[in-house]
Amino acid sequence: MSETVEKIEIACLVNGEWRSARVYPLARLLDVIRGEMRLTGTKEGCGEGECGACALLMNGAIVNSCLVPAAEADGAEIHTIEGVASGDQLSAVQSAFLECGGAQCGICTPGMVIAAAALLARHPHPGDAEIREGLAGNLCRCTGYQKIFTSVVRACESGREKSPGNR
Amino acid sequence: MEEKYIGHSVERKEGREKVTGRARYVDDLAFPDMVHGVTVRSSVARGRILGIRYGDGIPWNEFTIVTAKDIPGANEIALILHDQPCLASEFINHPEEPVVLLAHPDKYLLEEARRAVRIDVEAMPAVFTIEDSLAKGTIVWGEDNVLKAYHVDKGDVDSAWAAADVIVEGEYRTGAQEQLYIENQGMIAVANPTDGVTVWGSLQCPYYVHKALMPLFGLPAEKIRVIQAETGGGFGGKEEYPSMIAAHAALLAWKSGKRVKIVYDRAEDMVATTKRHPSRTRHRTGVTRDGKLVAMDIDLAIDGGAYATLSAVVLSRATIHSAGPYVCPNVRIRSQAVATNAPPHGAFRGFGAPQSVFAIERHLDQVARAVNLTPEELRRRNFLRKDQTTATGQIIHEDVNFSGLLDRAFKESDYHAKRARFEKENPGATVKRGIGFSSFMHGAGFTGSGEVYLASVVEVEATAEGCVRVLAASTEIGQGANTIFSQIAADALGISYDRIDVAQPDTGAVPNSGPTVASRTSMVVGNLVEKAALNLKNTLVESGLLCDACTEDEFVRACKRYIETRGTLRARAKYEPPPGLHWDDTTYSGDAYGTYAWAVYVAEVAVDTVTYEARVSDFVAVQEIGKVIHPVLAAGQIEGGVAQAIGMSLYENVVWREGRMANGQMTNYIMPTAADIPPIRVFFEEQPYPFGPHGAKGIGELPMDGPAPAILNAIENATGISLREIPATPEVLMEAMAEKAGALV
Amino acid sequence: MRAYIPAYDLRVPGNLSEALAILGREPGVWQPFAGGTDLMVLLEAGKLSHRKFLSLTKLADFRGVEVTSGAVILGALTTYMEIQRHPGLQSEFPLLCTAARETGSIATQNRGTIGGNIVNASPAADSPPALLVYDAEVELVSERGVRWLPYHGFHTGYKKMQIAADELLRAIRLPRRAEPWKQYYRKVGTRKAQAISKVCFAGAAQMEDGIVRGIRIALGSVAPIVLRAVRAEASIRGKKITPELIAATKDILGHEIAPIDDIRSTARYRLRVAQNLLAEFLMQLAR
Repeated sequence: MSETVEKIEIACLVNGEWRSARVYPLARLLDVIRGEMRLTGTKEGCGEGECGACALLMNGAIVNSCLVPAAEADGAEIHTIEGVASGDQLSAVQSAFLECGGAQCGICTPGMVIAAAALLARHPHPGDAEIREGLAGNLCRCTGYQKIFTSVVRACESGREKSPGNR
Repeated sequence: MEEKYIGHSVERKEGREKVTGRARYVDDLAFPDMVHGVTVRSSVARGRILGIRYGDGIPWNEFTIVTAKDIPGANEIALILHDQPCLASEFINHPEEPVVLLAHPDKYLLEEARRAVRIDVEAMPAVFTIEDSLAKGTIVWGEDNVLKAYHVDKGDVDSAWAAADVIVEGEYRTGAQEQLYIENQGMIAVANPTDGVTVWGSLQCPYYVHKALMPLFGLPAEKIRVIQAETGGGFGGKEEYPSMIAAHAALLAWKSGKRVKIVYDRAEDMVATTKRHPSRTRHRTGVTRDGKLVAMDIDLAIDGGAYATLSAVVLSRATIHSAGPYVCPNVRIRSQAVATNAPPHGAFRGFGAPQSVFAIERHLDQVARAVNLTPEELRRRNFLRKDQTTATGQIIHEDVNFSGLLDRAFKESDYHAKRARFEKENPGATVKRGIGFSSFMHGAGFTGSGEVYLASVVEVEATAEGCVRVLAASTEIGQGANTIFSQIAADALGISYDRIDVAQPDTGAVPNSGPTVASRTSMVVGNLVEKAALNLKNTLVESGLLCDACTEDEFVRACKRYIETRGTLRARAKYEPPPGLHWDDTTYSGDAYGTYAWAVYVAEVAVDTVTYEARVSDFVAVQEIGKVIHPVLAAGQIEGGVAQAIGMSLYENVVWREGRMANGQMTNYIMPTAADIPPIRVFFEEQPYPFGPHGAKGIGELPMDGPAPAILNAIENATGISLREIPATPEVLMEAMAEKAGALV
Repeated sequence: MRAYIPAYDLRVPGNLSEALAILGREPGVWQPFAGGTDLMVLLEAGKLSHRKFLSLTKLADFRGVEVTSGAVILGALTTYMEIQRHPGLQSEFPLLCTAARETGSIATQNRGTIGGNIVNASPAADSPPALLVYDAEVELVSERGVRWLPYHGFHTGYKKMQIAADELLRAIRLPRRAEPWKQYYRKVGTRKAQAISKVCFAGAAQMEDGIVRGIRIALGSVAPIVLRAVRAEASIRGKKITPELIAATKDILGHEIAPIDDIRSTARYRLRVAQNLLAEFLMQLAR
């Protein structure tokens, strides 16, 4: 069996709350969030940074948490899908996905909602090309993306979206 | 009955859980005593197992190790036949065959252990293509490699050739396609001799898993319980394969005494689980000078992989759809599913139809050219109409109006104007544009007598608070089953949508409403939901607690009174076939399906002659699907299916190396992203089907059938190149263009 | 997850001298870890053979874009996102911005770095062709000192490069050109987003009265390294673009590159598309 290294202690500000964990340095942030922190809204789809199901915001930027080693997340501010709604009050993006059929099986939805929120934070009124580019890192096998595009447009129209970090 | 919810886009039942990340999928479930399981697979395509070695440096005493000899019952995954073992014990028949199972609390250590297991195999000759299998030089399954064959005969093809002015032949091929649901497959199991076996998992068909676990453990039905967790997409990929993972998790749980979770990673899911059957179809078509079809001779073969699994049924649907929605007096179809040493191919949306629809719809464009007609005119002269018969001799009783669908599709896509414009603009352009279409049908529900054999049952139960729960084994896999059942039940009872909920599919608590497949859930099971709801209401009316035209408050009060005075308030409905349906399995003739959805799809493409990349730039989907129960969900089904079919047509290429998928990563098996899918414009025509709920037909698979031929017809329009295979990757297009350029020199 | 995670180490030194000391003490034992967008994929697949990594994330002087009168200097940890959003790079080095924008997804662009892209040494990397066309230089730093190398020639073979085990790539220098050059970049990856290149082509030329004065051509995914097509360049330099010249140069390029068949594409496709892209570039110059 291979030699093993020591676990390290990391702490992250997750959805506004400091959380710590003892983990191997190269453990995936995805596993730390889902396993140690029991926030299972962030999904694993591919483990290779391709599908975006594990997307979350790290220090304000969208990243695939399957490609972030735990040691580099130490001290980071993290926002996951669990922090997007305020209690029972859905965000504009979430409401729009619900209303426009943007979620079918739901497995890509958390990552897609995070990507849409990140897009709207940068482009409050994105055009078609910007929406497509902004969501191209999030694969959906159910919708053919059309209802997701509609959802994003609806979310800008409703104009309630705030950056998840700035609530 | 008032349609307060039917026809309206109400909020998806489980939508809130999904957009907030609260929905719990199998990998989100964790239990304190839970351990993890992995599967060790063979490394060669075919051979005899000589031994299993467990390498040094792993604390094997901490592991639960299961091999075939640990199986308490029969070593099989029961489905239609019993040829597929749960764990290979002597012979290996494909390169991903499971041989050993390992369980341990530490997921990381499990991977180290999986790598340390060596399965020694004496290799045997293997076959990897339809051609090699049909050549029968090496027999890898049964006596002749043939998993199943069908013959369809209508009229007399041999004597009909004489009446044909032109005979057109062509061969068409489709590749394997990975379902690529974004949630990988997984199961959690607890199992012991006292309590039996319980599994939770990502699955489409709880009773398939239930059926498979009984013989494996030698346990009676009541000792097996299968519960569906939230399921992140299926598309057929979670129809039969979940039985395998459930079996593996349960065996590890049985031996370890612990709760065991097996969740595949993407690589394992892609290489080991099922894919769409590759196909090869040959058409020989006789046609008169004025474009009337007089004879169709179709030879169809699909690659079933190493075991029979569902290939017989896939082949059946492929066969029945292979002559298309056209009337031809003489049709002969010979079809075979053959074995190769690849992992078994399985259910995937469309279930054989996309393969054979691709062939006929590409072929008809060649036939049209041979008789100097436009593709449109040839089809108009042969479209199936009311009172005419299909290839299986089914008389169409619906007032099917294909020309009307075609007209609408052409208008919405501006087909004629674009065709003229592209013809003018293409010469000299680097990017050539083209437009093409396909016309097709998809039979809804099980084939032939399938629904009668299934004999599905649905129950509904009311609470004292006047809430009603639908009990069915039909699963929500993203398509909206929960929502549609609730709409139907609410309108049947005349109560609000919020009063309805749908029970979690659990074989210990819900009746068998059949598998969630074959575009049957809304049409067949939805109809049972309506009947069961009406029976429940009728119980209240007959007991004198309710009048027929009641208010919601009256309904609530009646439920309360009924339950207080008489106990449980439950009703059921069992499938009864529509009157007059006849199917003969021996001659493969008769009413193949209760009804069909009919469609015309138009694709516009842009082909870059610098990079040989074809992109779909616009897409119009017009279909007649009976009553539309939920416009947003229905359009979502069509859009999603079209996108998957665009993937199948242009992008998704399984690279095979000796029966094994060599590109089993999302980086290298490329499905379309948000940047690749064109606007998909969906239009519905509604002609109510008398035996579906409120007139609804099945639609889930329909959109998978038509896009591929429409896209390749458009590529031919753009470039003059007639491709006969999908995926039409840039490499394929490059070779075809090079060949054409060479031919001109 | 296929890797045995407990066997992998990732140290996060707080500053450069600490990092260089670790590398100097045990040369070859520690490998640098930048954005991790490739290493973590290998890890997932159980194919990451090296076990000890040094995270560069806290090295402040590896970040930032500095514009001087003669050059633009990119810290090795500049992300693809920072590159594409930098106004100075957008106006003077557009091919690099396009490459950055076409690499992976936004989530990848937020993590992936230009220095990582170079040192990862993938022949299919998207930025290196642009760097070659811009005559980039790279700065290597170790306890022994600092040295600058031309990027052309830095890669010597598949995954081989001129960097010692105790050195880190700290910065990339792009000389600013006085005169405008015509520029061309095209990545061919079948899918519009998130694709791995089947062929990637970058070209730049300085035209004078219809004559090609200066020219740079570089390609990815057609050889064991990202390649500067010097022989194709030589055949064009000082000439006027004609159909005959295009045909002849396509032929030369065909002998200069060495594409292969793999799970993503075929050698024949890569060859022909590389030639087509060359022709498209040259025809644009002629216009």
